[in-house]
Amino acid sequence: MNDEPLLIAEGLTKYYGRRLGCRDASLELYEGEVMAVVGESGSGKTTLLQMLSTQIEPSAGRVLLYRMRDGSVQDLWTMSEPARRFLLRTDWGYVHQDPQLGLRMGVSAGGNVGERLMAVGQRHYGDIRATAADWLSRVEIPRSRIDNTPRTYSGGMRQRLQIARNLVTAPRLIFMDEPTGGLDVSVQARLLDLLRRIVAEMRIAAIIVTHDLAVARLLSNRIMVMKDGQVIEAGLTDQVLDDPHQPYTQLLVSSILPA
Amino acid sequence: MTAPVYNFAYLDEQTKRMIRRAILKAIAIPGYQVPFASREMPMPYGWGTGGVQVTAAILGPQDVLKVIDQGSDDTTNAVSIRKFFTRTAGVRTTTATLEATVIQTRHRVPEAALSADQVLVYQVPIPEPLRFLEPRETETRRMHALSEYGLMHVKLYEDIARHGHIATAYAYPVQVASRYVMDPSPIPKFDNPKLSNCPALQLFGAGREKRIYAIPPYTRVTSLDFDDHPFEPYRHDASCELCAATDSYLDEVITDDQGNRMFVCSDTDYCEHRRALGHGPIAATQKEPADG
Repeated sequence: MNDEPLLIAEGLTKYYGRRLGCRDASLELYEGEVMAVVGESGSGKTTLLQMLSTQIEPSAGRVLLYRMRDGSVQDLWTMSEPARRFLLRTDWGYVHQDPQLGLRMGVSAGGNVGERLMAVGQRHYGDIRATAADWLSRVEIPRSRIDNTPRTYSGGMRQRLQIARNLVTAPRLIFMDEPTGGLDVSVQARLLDLLRRIVAEMRIAAIIVTHDLAVARLLSNRIMVMKDGQVIEAGLTDQVLDDPHQPYTQLLVSSILPA
Repeated sequence: MTAPVYNFAYLDEQTKRMIRRAILKAIAIPGYQVPFASREMPMPYGWGTGGVQVTAAILGPQDVLKVIDQGSDDTTNAVSIRKFFTRTAGVRTTTATLEATVIQTRHRVPEAALSADQVLVYQVPIPEPLRFLEPRETETRRMHALSEYGLMHVKLYEDIARHGHIATAYAYPVQVASRYVMDPSPIPKFDNPKLSNCPALQLFGAGREKRIYAIPPYTRVTSLDFDDHPFEPYRHDASCELCAATDSYLDEVITDDQGNRMFVCSDTDYCEHRRALGHGPIAATQKEPADG
């Protein structure tokens, strides 16, 4: 275990033209830690996630440091593009809210899971297929569905397939944008169970964007609350959710219907 | 000046210069698709507008031109392109592979071994091997630039998962000089090994897509595959019924509606050459009965 943070971001700010996307967001993420970013739609959660995963360039605050597997700390924005793209498909994962964005819908499930392996140079069909089959069973997709395309899958299965596709290279950091969005409650529960188990087993650090406080409470160690593009409250999940200081957070917490 | 100025081989001198620059760049970066300002040609796209422009740009008065269409010298496409250059450049044409100095081809590589003083010009419909997997041009260019070719193997993976073997039979993707992945144009994969270490210069022209690429002489070209599913050239398990060749690529010709068929060399010049040397059809007794 290393005590240094895995990811450090400072003062990330993004303007879309003159409109604010996200202002002055800073965070430190440690290995194996799950951080939730909550807030209503339009509060800048996804913008923040995209900046952290280097998909969009921030307008200001370009400090984004990542501790590589070899222990060296690299600035992601001064890194060369090939190196960054390599990092993105080996050491990182990105789970989209809409599985159609994260999957190749015309390619079989096995091909979807195997793509990352082939991208890093694996050239043995049997091995790739065996690894893909193993991952499908780990995300509770029957092996018999390995040659079907995601088009024939239900929403919950697609989302699980997307997770398998991201985890096959054993990443250390995974970004999730509303992973349970658009799924019904029982499917959500299964997906959350699965995520919690895998994240704990593989000790993956994760940043999860969600508007669902129950998801945040179930999965995350720490939480950031965003409103109008700014982080208004951050801390340990239980602390923030049980004793919210900001009026907006209090509103958010009290707006959950009692079970 | 209003009339287009040309003195040889249809294209004006400025256009030929532009195309030659693209060709030089393509030779300098083997397998890299060089964009060029493709011109309107007096034939529809898909009939070899790219190949014709490359041929026009490299043709000289001393050259002897051969044009093949699917291995054959006497189909419409081959005949009309040959006529086109006879008329616009006055060059000598031939059907003999060994006599030709410039060979424009569609969908085949000649069976006869090529020599260092020959140039092979391919007509290419879609030059981007990643196109059907990744529709965005910006993204495919970036993938080429960073040699991110994992996706190409996803296609081969899908083949094996669906058919049990690599079912891609033509336009089989190759890697040139261990760098760029390239579409060899729709040649059968039987021809892929001939691309590698070939003494002749190989040029590829795609007119509609406005790209030129090249394989310089004696360049290593490898067909992509998996360790446990290696690349295998495919050929019908038969011999040519006209010249008895067992090493050439065969066309299957349906001869009636009773299920009878015959296999003949796809390369007509190779077949004629062999017959002139006295190779004949295999005796009827040795032939297997056609199942009908």
